[in-house]
Amino acid sequence: MPDVSTETPARPTRIALIGAPNCGKTSLFNALTGANQRVGNYSGVTVTRKIGQAQTPGMNTLQITDLPGTYSLRARSPDEVVTRDIVLGTRQDADPIDLLMIVADATHLRPGLRLAKELGACGLPLLLVVNMIDIARHRGIEIDLDRLSEELGIPVVASTAVRRGGTDALWQEFDRLIEAGLPERSASDWTSPSAADLRRNLREADRIIAHAVTTPAHHRSLSERVDALLLNPVAGPIILLLIMFAMFQAVFAGAAPVMDAISALIEALAATVSQLLPDGILESLVVDGAIAGVGSVVVFLPQILILFAFILILEDLGYMARAAFLMDRIMGHAGLHGRAFIPLLSSFACAIPGIMSARVIDDERDRLTTILIAPLMTCSARIPVYTLLIGAFVPARHIGPGIGLQGLVMFALFAAGVISALLVAFISRMLFRRNEIPAPLMLDLPDYKLPQLRGVALGLWQRAYAFLRRAGTIIFTASIVVWVLSTFPYPPAGATEPAINYSFAAMLGHLLQPLLAPIGFTWEICVALIPGMAAREVAVAGLSTVYAVSGGEAALGHALAAQWSLATGVSLIVWYIFAPQCLSTLAVIRRETGSARWMWIAVGYMFALAYVASFAAYHITAALS
Amino acid sequence: MELRQLDSIDHPVSLGEARKGYCGRVRCLLPLPGTGRLAPEEMERRLIEMGFIEGVDVSVIHEGPFGRDPIAVRVGTATVAMRRRDAMAILTE
Repeated sequence: MPDVSTETPARPTRIALIGAPNCGKTSLFNALTGANQRVGNYSGVTVTRKIGQAQTPGMNTLQITDLPGTYSLRARSPDEVVTRDIVLGTRQDADPIDLLMIVADATHLRPGLRLAKELGACGLPLLLVVNMIDIARHRGIEIDLDRLSEELGIPVVASTAVRRGGTDALWQEFDRLIEAGLPERSASDWTSPSAADLRRNLREADRIIAHAVTTPAHHRSLSERVDALLLNPVAGPIILLLIMFAMFQAVFAGAAPVMDAISALIEALAATVSQLLPDGILESLVVDGAIAGVGSVVVFLPQILILFAFILILEDLGYMARAAFLMDRIMGHAGLHGRAFIPLLSSFACAIPGIMSARVIDDERDRLTTILIAPLMTCSARIPVYTLLIGAFVPARHIGPGIGLQGLVMFALFAAGVISALLVAFISRMLFRRNEIPAPLMLDLPDYKLPQLRGVALGLWQRAYAFLRRAGTIIFTASIVVWVLSTFPYPPAGATEPAINYSFAAMLGHLLQPLLAPIGFTWEICVALIPGMAAREVAVAGLSTVYAVSGGEAALGHALAAQWSLATGVSLIVWYIFAPQCLSTLAVIRRETGSARWMWIAVGYMFALAYVASFAAYHITAALS
Repeated sequence: MELRQLDSIDHPVSLGEARKGYCGRVRCLLPLPGTGRLAPEEMERRLIEMGFIEGVDVSVIHEGPFGRDPIAVRVGTATVAMRRRDAMAILTE
């Protein structure tokens, strides 16, 4: 019998990281936990929960929580409520904290020190980490850590999250604190600070800085010189446009070879599986249902990853706050915040992460508006549908040097998404929020920093995982449902038409057709739209099933061009700009707004827009041609 | 700060109307009721959290490309982007 230790393993020491936005908290968290972290949600709220495990050199186990960035414990947004509740130990679904680690930016200590003064009342053992010390030293800023520690009455350590060995002192401090025995938390006498309390804490922070920090005479930092160009009233917007243009080029052109490779892989997989499995219902389920359905979505992974790589890098660089600054006025006309720019930009990849990143908007009503218009941005799932329909109905002509008509239509469709989103926001402001004063915009423009490969890679992996999980669950289920609907019941003996024409899907399509006939949809389109409700791009697979076309998109395009009038094609394209055909997006709207009401409002207004716009497009095109 | 105390400030300039290149020192925070969505008390707290406090040096270092709004304000070691209407609450001299 193996030797069983009678000693119970020591409970990990639970540490939480707290700090103002942009203090380098997340890169420190990544440096401490490596890839050893779990990302989830706190129950009942849409706040990202990040927990990692780590082991100190002294073999103490740590469980580290990255709390959302906050200026104070005052809890102005759902994120900050979670931070406050965890710090005060009142949250049921989070383990109580043993040590609170305040992260402060060495080049910008004020908010961190003010927070440290405020947190002194919360009853937890505190540790102040002066992060990015290398940048501060490089700028000639000298920080007397002992003096800081003495003034604040808590241990203080310097660190550089992004350098090898930059966290050594921190690891040693963990061991020292744990071996000395962390004091039990005492009762908290924290109360929500008034303006006078905040003022006193900030004055105290300024006094400590005056004693402990020597800053060389001010010279223009690199960030200021870069900003002189990037925030220039003329050059700034042009550079922003160029960056966005480069981003879309990379998303569409750069992803193409990888996407082709993935398609080829999926086709090869389907071919292998159909050889292995006996002909019949099981083969059809696996190949036509599961592999074709999930495969049609997984193909978009490269595009989504490229877009997110851009967004993560720009975010890490500190450029996103500048983009919000440049765009604020334009967004403001639509009643939105400059900050809404980031969620809307993310929605070009997929509305789901876009809607989730609307969490950065602290005003509830602005956040709701952003969430409701995010699905109008042209997400990558629309691209295959657009590509198919443009290929089928728009002639491949050049209308100028290097400008193809098809590409121009694609661009117009993207622009239509953006313009309609801003218009919807503007109209809703005029209708419902006419006399409302806009919420304040106060946005920290952090110093520029080189993005960390590791942080970007980790962020990309987390997004890829979330996307593939969605493909494996929702889209897989939808693919199976669609397969069942379009396979059963079997056609009668001696049937001449494609089998799908006898299926449930056909029945549903015929049922819907009178409703959609005024906008020029054939019953076949109605059938394809049913699976397309699960995810937009599935409609392409749906159409190829309905028209029983095999041989890829080009063949399908020919078939469609032969069977539909131009007006029908245009009408369907326009339908896709607006229609809320994505169950996952609707589910996320429900989750993020906390009510089904907003989800139904989104469904209602988007279908109404789609119907009206398609109706107009159908009849105008029919009259012209 | 009481309104009548404003008389004691020489050449008060609200940060909301300062142009690019303006340098000054915060004299007081005076969010007025009805000028913003937030109550004046809350607005004051947010301004303090962003680092605006009596006596701190501020300068307007950038103006937005459209209508010179918003502005980027250097306050201490931080740069804060804010709309002019919100910056009206910061009186400087």
